[in-house]
Amino acid sequence: MVSPGTAAAIKRVLEATEADGLLAIEGIRKEFPGVLALDNVQLRIRPGTVHALMGENGAGKSTLMKIIAGIYQPDAGEIRLRGIPTVLKSPLDALEQGIAMIHQELQLMNWMTVAENIWIRREPKNSFGLIDHSKMVTMTEELFARLNIVLDPRAQVSELTVAQKQMVEIARAVSYESSVLIMDEPTSALTDREVEHLFSIIRDLRERGIGIVYITHKMNELFEIADEFTVFRDGKYVGTHSSKDVTRDDIIRMMVGREITDMFPKIDCPIGDVVLEVKNLNIPGVFYDISFSLRRGEILGLAGLVGSKRSNVAEALFGVTPAASGEILVNGKPVTIDSPSAAMSHGFAFLTEDRKETGCFLILNCLENIQSALITRSHVNAGFVDQSTVTKLAEEMAAKLRVKTPNLYETVENLSGGNQQKLLIARWLLTKPRILILDEPTRGIDVGAKSEIHRLITALAAEGVAVLMISSELPEVLGMSDRIVVMHEGHVSGVLDRAEANQVKIMDLAAR
Amino acid sequence: MNTSTQSIPQLTRSRRRLPSELTILLVLVGISLTFEILGWILQGQSFLANTQRLAIMILQVSVIGIIAIGVTQVIISDGIDLSSGSIVGATAMISMSLAQASSFPRALYPGLTDLPVVIPVVAGLLVGIVCGAINGFLIAYSRIPPFIATLGMMVTARGFAKWYTKGQPISFPTDSFAAIGKGLAPVLIFLAVAAVMHIVLRYTRYGKFTYAIGANRQAARVSGINVERHTVKVYAVAGLLSALAGIVVASRGLTAQAGMGTSYELDAIAMAVIGGVSLSGGRGSIPGTMIGMVIFGVIISGFTFLRLDAYYQEMLKGVIIVAAVVADVYRQRKRVKS
Ligand SMILES: Nc1ncnc2c1ncn2[C@@H]1O[C@H](COP(=O)(O)OP(=O)(O)OP(=O)(O)O)[C@@H](O)[C@H]1O
Ligand SMILES: [Mg+2]
Repeated sequence: MVSPGTAAAIKRVLEATEADGLLAIEGIRKEFPGVLALDNVQLRIRPGTVHALMGENGAGKSTLMKIIAGIYQPDAGEIRLRGIPTVLKSPLDALEQGIAMIHQELQLMNWMTVAENIWIRREPKNSFGLIDHSKMVTMTEELFARLNIVLDPRAQVSELTVAQKQMVEIARAVSYESSVLIMDEPTSALTDREVEHLFSIIRDLRERGIGIVYITHKMNELFEIADEFTVFRDGKYVGTHSSKDVTRDDIIRMMVGREITDMFPKIDCPIGDVVLEVKNLNIPGVFYDISFSLRRGEILGLAGLVGSKRSNVAEALFGVTPAASGEILVNGKPVTIDSPSAAMSHGFAFLTEDRKETGCFLILNCLENIQSALITRSHVNAGFVDQSTVTKLAEEMAAKLRVKTPNLYETVENLSGGNQQKLLIARWLLTKPRILILDEPTRGIDVGAKSEIHRLITALAAEGVAVLMISSELPEVLGMSDRIVVMHEGHVSGVLDRAEANQVKIMDLAAR
Repeated sequence: MNTSTQSIPQLTRSRRRLPSELTILLVLVGISLTFEILGWILQGQSFLANTQRLAIMILQVSVIGIIAIGVTQVIISDGIDLSSGSIVGATAMISMSLAQASSFPRALYPGLTDLPVVIPVVAGLLVGIVCGAINGFLIAYSRIPPFIATLGMMVTARGFAKWYTKGQPISFPTDSFAAIGKGLAPVLIFLAVAAVMHIVLRYTRYGKFTYAIGANRQAARVSGINVERHTVKVYAVAGLLSALAGIVVASRGLTAQAGMGTSYELDAIAMAVIGGVSLSGGRGSIPGTMIGMVIFGVIISGFTFLRLDAYYQEMLKGVIIVAAVVADVYRQRKRVKS
């Protein structure tokens, strides 16, 4: 028998749940030194829905998610889980209460295996109380089978591509069987095919009543997967709508507070002589017989699925992992590129894909991050850095790219993901390259800044810079490129001209 | 509508946050006051109001301070140098053997007495640079962890110092060599070294590269920094400064022994870490290390002042070193949290 009092209490809770949904956030405020990241924001997640959280870079999306995941404590406000006010003391606490999170930046332990990463802290034990590795592998295989992921559980994470690491993160988050799952830009490193895969996983979770918070800067994903969405602007709540009721332009207006129309502002500019010629580039086991050429003023897109080794080709061109055989010709002359500094002396610049591992100096400030490449070849007199000039250049570039930071002396790890990406772009643009290699240049960048960056890239091409751009976003590749090289499993499977290229043709060549 | 019509955010140039050196300075003040109070209670006299004691204290730590300056930049580049103390021993022996006066009948090289002071000094410094460069080469090109490479140098250089005279001390330097470490000279040398290194770390490309490599080695390489070459330079500079310390010690003591500088490397690392240089690289400064050095000195001299048994002193020194590292780890963790 349930006493009348208890019954009333249960009823109250049920009613509250009805109104609140699974998770309700109200009046949350979070201040960092010099930055009011969140100002009285709210969010409501209903079970069995995908709720997209939208906003420009630095709008406070990740900060709120970190609060929900117990990483940050809010300065004010309330979190209600199934109608019950809750304090999430730590990430562990949040996990135990059924909230799991996929972080914007990869959080895997590089020197451990895939299985160890997934089951960390929950490893199956054998009868001696020791970790049962074979059971752990089996559990991983089962999890992967359920999610349709093809990956060796025994592989070391450091060996995986960024997209594969992302899939491991997703699997790990799903393995917690949480009732709220937060995904902070899970697709920024994925190509369309993996995105589709992820969506099928998400739909399955939604069916099972899980509430999903989904952060993305890719507009088309919003309409494909999200049921509802909430917009933040500058740390403030703007509104919540059902995704059926609005158009893309409505959302952009809510996010940015203005209209953005020309997404791919490609200017047709004269294409000059061949600047870079690549002949039969090989790294056995990675890519084979890569040949293409790149001209002055040309933007060459490099498309392909994850695993097509596009990034490896870029790394070889820049000397990060030099090619085993083949020829690289710059302005018709064969050159040896065995290190990034050698590549830079031939006029190359290279924005890498993984901003945490090979991009940012997270513990240094913005200025140091922007100037690091520039001062390897110029603006140094007798060993002394010409700091006043460099600072001025860095400030101009940061302003042009709309980097959101209190000042350039802010530590980079305090910046939002998209703003970190902007700093890296600034770093390479300042070196005034003749050959600019960009690997996922607009990864994690909001719509407004994205079109600004596209404009900058086109402007550079118009000035005669040769651009090689890798992107997983087909609209970006199609919108920006003069020609598109498509790769499939380490081979060039085709080259398309701007006029003939379309999504279908690219996917055909990429998937074979 | 065009995005560029929007106002471009203005970036301010102010540095709002307090420098981390300030916290360390507060620690120094706290420790000094503690000894002051304990002094009045236990000894009935002031600890701080004794300029002679303070002068001795600064003199004591200056020599190791010179090493700590070199070690600071090594740790900032995410390395470690265990060989400093042995390099002190080796350089002390070499430079002293070339600095002997002809008035001494049993000179090691009877034909090479009364040489101009530059010769022993330059020879000693060269030894240090070579030892450091070997460390750097091993670390940069054969990818041996810095701990192992410099441990090897630590043992080897010490062995060399012993072999050099089969364990015999070398004494009787010329007056000009003896002048190097006389009086307050070690303090002045330390201050000069610290000032130069401060400028180097803050305003030169060498400094920027050092921080960048320590913060993210991979990103530094992709930025076009020749990480290997720079690593060699950093360790060579550390070797050079250890050698300078060796010359100063030998000159001040008017003698050189193979065992000179034993465990200086640990004291130097401790000074840097107490001063806020992060063992995980990329963070730290010369002013920080200087404060760390003074803290180190105050603690040692404070213990002596309180007549603490030398054995206790040694044990407590160990505790302090560990405490400094714990503080570093704690700082890192706090940073990650918020
Ligand atoms: N630990 C921190 N210390 C100081 N400021 C911070 C910290 N974390 C975030 N911020 C600031 O708070 C603001 C919001 O950051 P947040 O990471 O939430 O943005 P976001 O909406 O996720 O952006 P993006 O789309 O670029 O990922 C930014 O201005 C950022 O600089
Ligand atoms: Mg974010």
